[in-house]
Amino acid sequence: MDKKDYKNVFVFAEQREGVIQSVAFELLGKARDLADALGEKVVAMLLGCGIKDQAQTLIEQGADEVIVVDAPELKDFLSEQYSQAVGQIILDRKPAIVLYGATTIGRDLAPRIASRLKTGLTADCTKLDIEPDKDGEPEFRMTRPAFGGNLMATIICPNNRPQMSTVRPGVMQKMQRQPGRQGVITEFAPKFDASKFKVKLVKTIKADKQIADIAEAKVLVSGGRGVHDKEGFDKLQALADVLGGQVASSRAMVDNGVMPHECQVGQTGKTVRPALYMACGISGAIQHLAGMEESDFIIAINKDKFAPIFSVADLGIVGDLHKIVPMLTERIKKELEA
Amino acid sequence: MNIIVCVKQVPDTTVVKIDPVKGTLIREGVPSIMNPDDKGGLELALRLKDECGANVTVISMGPPQADVMLREALAMGADRAILLSDRKFAGADTLATSYALSGLCRVLDYDLIIAGRQAIDGDTAQVGPELAEHLDLPQITYVAGAKLLDNGNLEVEKENEDGVQVLEVEGKCLLTVLASAFDARYMSVSGIMEAYDKEVEVWSADKIDVDEGKLGLAGSPTKVFKSFPKAMKAPGEVHEVTPEEAVELIVNQLKAKHII
Repeated sequence: MDKKDYKNVFVFAEQREGVIQSVAFELLGKARDLADALGEKVVAMLLGCGIKDQAQTLIEQGADEVIVVDAPELKDFLSEQYSQAVGQIILDRKPAIVLYGATTIGRDLAPRIASRLKTGLTADCTKLDIEPDKDGEPEFRMTRPAFGGNLMATIICPNNRPQMSTVRPGVMQKMQRQPGRQGVITEFAPKFDASKFKVKLVKTIKADKQIADIAEAKVLVSGGRGVHDKEGFDKLQALADVLGGQVASSRAMVDNGVMPHECQVGQTGKTVRPALYMACGISGAIQHLAGMEESDFIIAINKDKFAPIFSVADLGIVGDLHKIVPMLTERIKKELEA
Repeated sequence: MNIIVCVKQVPDTTVVKIDPVKGTLIREGVPSIMNPDDKGGLELALRLKDECGANVTVISMGPPQADVMLREALAMGADRAILLSDRKFAGADTLATSYALSGLCRVLDYDLIIAGRQAIDGDTAQVGPELAEHLDLPQITYVAGAKLLDNGNLEVEKENEDGVQVLEVEGKCLLTVLASAFDARYMSVSGIMEAYDKEVEVWSADKIDVDEGKLGLAGSPTKVFKSFPKAMKAPGEVHEVTPEEAVELIVNQLKAKHII
């Protein structure tokens, strides 16, 4: 294998039920930085059934080329079908780097491809850079949390290509959409080996989704053990409402059944980076901090002045959230009416 | 039915602490446990054994101390335990680890392989799918339920962000399992007694079907360039004030940041 034959930064543009997922645009934003640093191109891979007309969106979000595989075999995500298609694209086009979202789809597909191509894969990256190596050649460095978020590790893949990573949703920044941006759309027809399709979809049961995605919210009012109960979260909800935001939760309040799992921020929940994160009664376990410390502005309210949450807060208030939050809600209402 | 369950011994990362001065992991006093998702996988295997009869073999790769965890698996109801332990495996990343495990699986008789979704020390979720590919098996990840159908196929529930996919798989396959879906049983007293009469087999690299050049560090495409404690951002101001003053401070900041 000659590393020089491998060029360009590829992104697996995940779609579910024909909707391109936000993480695909986040990956394109990062891929753009990496490709510019290398002087190479950003190529998106869009797989599905009846999705061809969405390729232009990916170009407007940073792709120079979109490879479209539009096939009935790819209507629903199934590991083998998608692995065959993505594997064949990579063998044909020889990318230097391939990025996937660290979603249930990306974390199923990417290791399958890594093993098929006998190359390296780094999971759940939070930082990706191009830096000069000891010979001055550009090197792809992938940084990720390890040991439950207690340590960070930077991983390289020096001798194998492509270099691949999965990236957590909500971590990278999308590019500002550029309507009318020009790019190339290429169709790719894989040769499917149907004899390997041993898994078939019987049915899909959709979860009852009443809750908007907290990863998309600009303002999050988040509660922990100090909120105590449902009534406590009603106070947080009232504050979130006047701020046009949503309520989120620490793991403790999900484990005890007060809040649904969709609202959980942290290592085993979601990564969020809102403009404002208000942590109310959250002590700030390292697993929680891992999911929110990239927020633009963090306010923490906690009774315990030694709570670790204060180490990441821009503004910390030692006090009783049950008093402060309702007063704050009323005050902001007045400010907004004035 | 012969079932292989892959298990890993891990430090309990929920109690790991960082030395604030040296920035290194404090490993003393951190208990080693059976990785939770793997324990869920073992529970699924034991339920299939209870329902339709099966022979359950637990396998692991690791240092000799992992013997304790494998005895726990035997005491829970596994029939056989094999520990792959050899210096040749040292420094393996997920690709080299899954390759070594594939070499062991190839010399065993199996109909189904079950692994945990991910290990709490690495959180990669890569070894399961990479192992499936080495063995050319279909895979189903994020498994929250599985049952054997009358036609001999497995019906499997896979969780994803939107809900659940119900899948049917024909023939041999590999599942990766969520701990949250399978509350693991406790060891039984008789199980514990029997576990100490059973042997944990320790195998070296020459007993499995592999190309030794692809093991350990040499067989690992990824290398750790550096590891470091997480950079903490500089803490902001912390105020111990009355609720009225607190509201004032917060409102001023929200205005300054153009949030209100």
